[in-house]
Amino acid sequence: MQIKEDTLNYLAHLGRIELEAQESKILSGQLKDILDFIDQLKKVDIKDVSATSHILSISNVLRDDLSGESLTREDALKNAPVKEGNFFVVPKVIE
Amino acid sequence: MELNALTAHQLLKEIAAGGSGSRDIVSGLVARNKQLNQRVKGYVRLDDSGESLIDDRSSGSGVLKGIPISVKDNICTKGLNTECCSQILQGFKPPYDATVIRKLKQAGVCVFGAKTNMDEFAFGSSTENSCFGPTSNPWNLECVPGGSSGGSAAVVASDQAVWALGSDTGGSIRQPASFCGVVGMKPTYGRVSRYGLIAFASSLDQIGPITKDTRDCAILMNAISGHDPLDSTSVDIEVPDFTESLTGDIKGLKIGIPKEYFVEGLDKEVKAVIEEAMEKLKSLGAKCLPVSLPHTEYAVPVYYIIATAEASSNLARFDGVQYGLRNKDLKQGLIDMYKRTRQEGFGQEAKRRIILGTFVLSHGYYDAYYLRALKVRTLIKQDFDRAFRDVDCLITPTSPTPAFRIGERIKDPLKMYLSDIFTISANLSGIPAISVPAGFTRKGLPVGLQILSEPFTEGMLLRVAHAFEQNTPWHKEKPKL
Amino acid sequence: MNYQPVIGLEVHLHLKTKSKAFCGCSTEFGKEPNSQVCPVCLGFPGSLPVLNQTAFFYAVKTGLALNCSIAEFTKFDRKNYYYPDLPKNYQISQYDMPIASEGFLDIESEGKPKRVGIIRVHLEEDAGKLIHRDDSSCVDFNRAGIPLLEIVTKPEINSPLEAYEYLTLLKSTLEYLDVSDCDMEKGSLRCDANVSVRKKSETTLGTKTELKNMNSFKGVRDALAYEIDRQIEVLGSGGKLIQETRLWDPQKLKTHPMRSKEEAMDYRYFPEPDLPPFVIAKDKCAQIKREIPELPRQKVLRFMKEYNLSAYDARVLASSKSNALYAEECLVNYSGKDKKQIVNWLTGALLSQARSRNCPLSGLKVTPSDLIKLVGFVEKQQVSALSAKTVLAQMISTGRAPEEIIKEKNLSQICDESSLEAFIEEAIKENPKSVKDYQQGKQNALMFLVGQTMKKSKGKANPKVVQELLKRRI
Repeated sequence: MQIKEDTLNYLAHLGRIELEAQESKILSGQLKDILDFIDQLKKVDIKDVSATSHILSISNVLRDDLSGESLTREDALKNAPVKEGNFFVVPKVIE
Repeated sequence: MELNALTAHQLLKEIAAGGSGSRDIVSGLVARNKQLNQRVKGYVRLDDSGESLIDDRSSGSGVLKGIPISVKDNICTKGLNTECCSQILQGFKPPYDATVIRKLKQAGVCVFGAKTNMDEFAFGSSTENSCFGPTSNPWNLECVPGGSSGGSAAVVASDQAVWALGSDTGGSIRQPASFCGVVGMKPTYGRVSRYGLIAFASSLDQIGPITKDTRDCAILMNAISGHDPLDSTSVDIEVPDFTESLTGDIKGLKIGIPKEYFVEGLDKEVKAVIEEAMEKLKSLGAKCLPVSLPHTEYAVPVYYIIATAEASSNLARFDGVQYGLRNKDLKQGLIDMYKRTRQEGFGQEAKRRIILGTFVLSHGYYDAYYLRALKVRTLIKQDFDRAFRDVDCLITPTSPTPAFRIGERIKDPLKMYLSDIFTISANLSGIPAISVPAGFTRKGLPVGLQILSEPFTEGMLLRVAHAFEQNTPWHKEKPKL
Repeated sequence: MNYQPVIGLEVHLHLKTKSKAFCGCSTEFGKEPNSQVCPVCLGFPGSLPVLNQTAFFYAVKTGLALNCSIAEFTKFDRKNYYYPDLPKNYQISQYDMPIASEGFLDIESEGKPKRVGIIRVHLEEDAGKLIHRDDSSCVDFNRAGIPLLEIVTKPEINSPLEAYEYLTLLKSTLEYLDVSDCDMEKGSLRCDANVSVRKKSETTLGTKTELKNMNSFKGVRDALAYEIDRQIEVLGSGGKLIQETRLWDPQKLKTHPMRSKEEAMDYRYFPEPDLPPFVIAKDKCAQIKREIPELPRQKVLRFMKEYNLSAYDARVLASSKSNALYAEECLVNYSGKDKKQIVNWLTGALLSQARSRNCPLSGLKVTPSDLIKLVGFVEKQQVSALSAKTVLAQMISTGRAPEEIIKEKNLSQICDESSLEAFIEEAIKENPKSVKDYQQGKQNALMFLVGQTMKKSKGKANPKVVQELLKRRI
């Protein structure tokens, strides 16, 4: 299956990746190969087969409502590329 | 033999006998790194001195006191760079230790500061997709070490490490172990805590050992296994002493040979090695039976849907806000900041997988791709359930080919994906699997034997692998460097 | 004129837990920015969520209280979208298997009963907070990861007042359950609304707008009223509505479209692999159901029936669980025949004092038994209604018993004829003209004499008794 150019651009936008024209072109061809390959799944009879989203048969993993330790503010912000005072800073968000 | 060439259990004996201490071991490794890292490039962020900060700040006085470990670059080590060999995580120093690291430190292990090379975010089977460049296979420097834990496998094989931790999402421990002639295990999903493992595909990832022999594998499994309240998918089930499985006795065991693994595309030499291994196991008293895993051919497509879908979501957090790379062009708006940061920070394979994963989850395609993959995953799992009713374990080649040349498959992602054809099913089914050295090709490249068994029966894998290892010479072979 | 509004409400509320939904960070409000964060709620690489069981069972409890069916099997999903207040750029939420679904809340609007259908109740994590500046935005993640319950109604609300009544009863129900603070000012309760209008004869829904940024129930009501008028005006003048998100401006009392470019949302929901699913056993459900107290609506009906209260009084008293408890203790133990006597004190002086102090009735230092005593003194005319107010004020400020205050301040009423005799005598003596006037048929003169007698007694004489005695004397 060929992914159309506008679909590719849409996916790149959803995944927040800037693609250069050359990159898009190569990617588009590779994705076609991969999707053609993946399409063999269409052969499988999946009628009445349940979906496995968790491979383990465990359930109800819960913790007690106890408040524990937080990071120091210094540790929380240490890795931030742009920070000011106690805040992470991003380009202005328009609402 | 030099200290750096010994296994952990041999070193523990040395230490106990008062022959050498932790410092001697480390200096042995440092000397070896100085000599080899430039050629093998298994470690990243390691300078020419071969020395790296050893983190034993919180080392306890446990049973592994004094033994160093090398760690893949996607396992969080407090205060030590953990970058998944990606530019986007440039300079990231986690404020916490992964649970496995915490456990190892408690057992007395010291963590080698330079991490081991990997495909960016574990996306690959050759360690070529690293922002630090490829690692070489110690057996042939022009070949890849496999991947994504290629750095870990290479440093263990080249005696630049005692042992190492890797992670396995579709074969990333076993395939490089096979390519480099060492032992590598992917534990049952839920056996080892994933807390602190930077996620690639959360429903498939497991941390596991890469070691020089099966005894070290058992010892390392003892140290890292067990329930972790910080990981909801870690199972609260008893952990046996895995060294007790190393009995050498496999008489009467029923070993299944899945016919779907011996088909076109399997390298002749690899096939011959595995057939010889089969004969060896029979000679040790095991019975080999043919079995069928009919949905095997669908494992790779299912995997590339599920793994990329999860990855596209797991990697969304790398956006330049809290850590890592940030495109700081001040004029741009928020969305541009995201896009340019991610364009600069991710390599080609990461971008490819993010786009593919986004596609299979996107509106209008979810049912046809993602949901269908989850259903076929059920069928693959059922294949194994059925097989294990008749046999104790399965044996297969770990990889259809021995190590390939650097650059050979990098331009053809699909061909690269097919490198994992024999390892992926274990991740999709959650079952444990191990790769042990089983021989060499004529050109001197190692070939691994994969053993698979039911969930939470790593002991069975170790029992078979150990018996095989003790009756073959392969694990003692060393690359000439 | 012929248009009918169709409204659906989406309420988000913080559950009252000590720690966040998926980590141990504190949920306390108002702390220094980024001081209540950890690798999990910051979404640091490698971190993993583990669900808070209190949050989970609060969600079940709320679902049961809203008459929902509880899922036997439920799971979490990832909702993927980029926003700087969302640490992982996905939110752990619930998509196709919410904890509770298909319920209702019975409200009353303008005296008429109305059943508002609930589509779903699901659990998710809150995002952080953005603080906007001229050229950048600052992010505080203290709020990120606080357990958030989303309660979505069917589009069955037909007026801003109904919306207001629904929110009021929902809030009071949630307070009864003790699962949330429901404080809109602190952001622990937020409400968005979907609204459209249609001709009364039509059955299909009109083009809807989503309203955001209302910071009080009154704000919701006003925003809806404004938006309904706006939509009717557009349609009435032959215009077309567009589906959009509009923000309520509480200063200008208007809605305006969001400035940011809206894009078609493609959240790419998929099951959260880090959290195994949840099974809610029938007996666990039954146990939680047993823990649910009598809810406000039931309480109102019972108060009306058992204590013969008016609907209005019953609603006022039952609107808060603690006040209802206090009121009921008064009602049960008050032995007087007419419960209205004590209800008037509760809904009047006492409640207004409590409101001005921003505390429940029980926070006023007046015990139910002391209040009953005070009302008894008034009934038996041992203290005047006027004096009783003074006594109550003292009780509120000191917590002392009414009889002590009455005695100390000498506020008891004189009913005893022999004690009143002297005052009456004096009053008659000093006002012969008035006596004469009364005798000549001027009723007002009698009232004047009563007043004079009261003055002599320094206000403590019982005016009714004085009047009787005066009539007999002159």
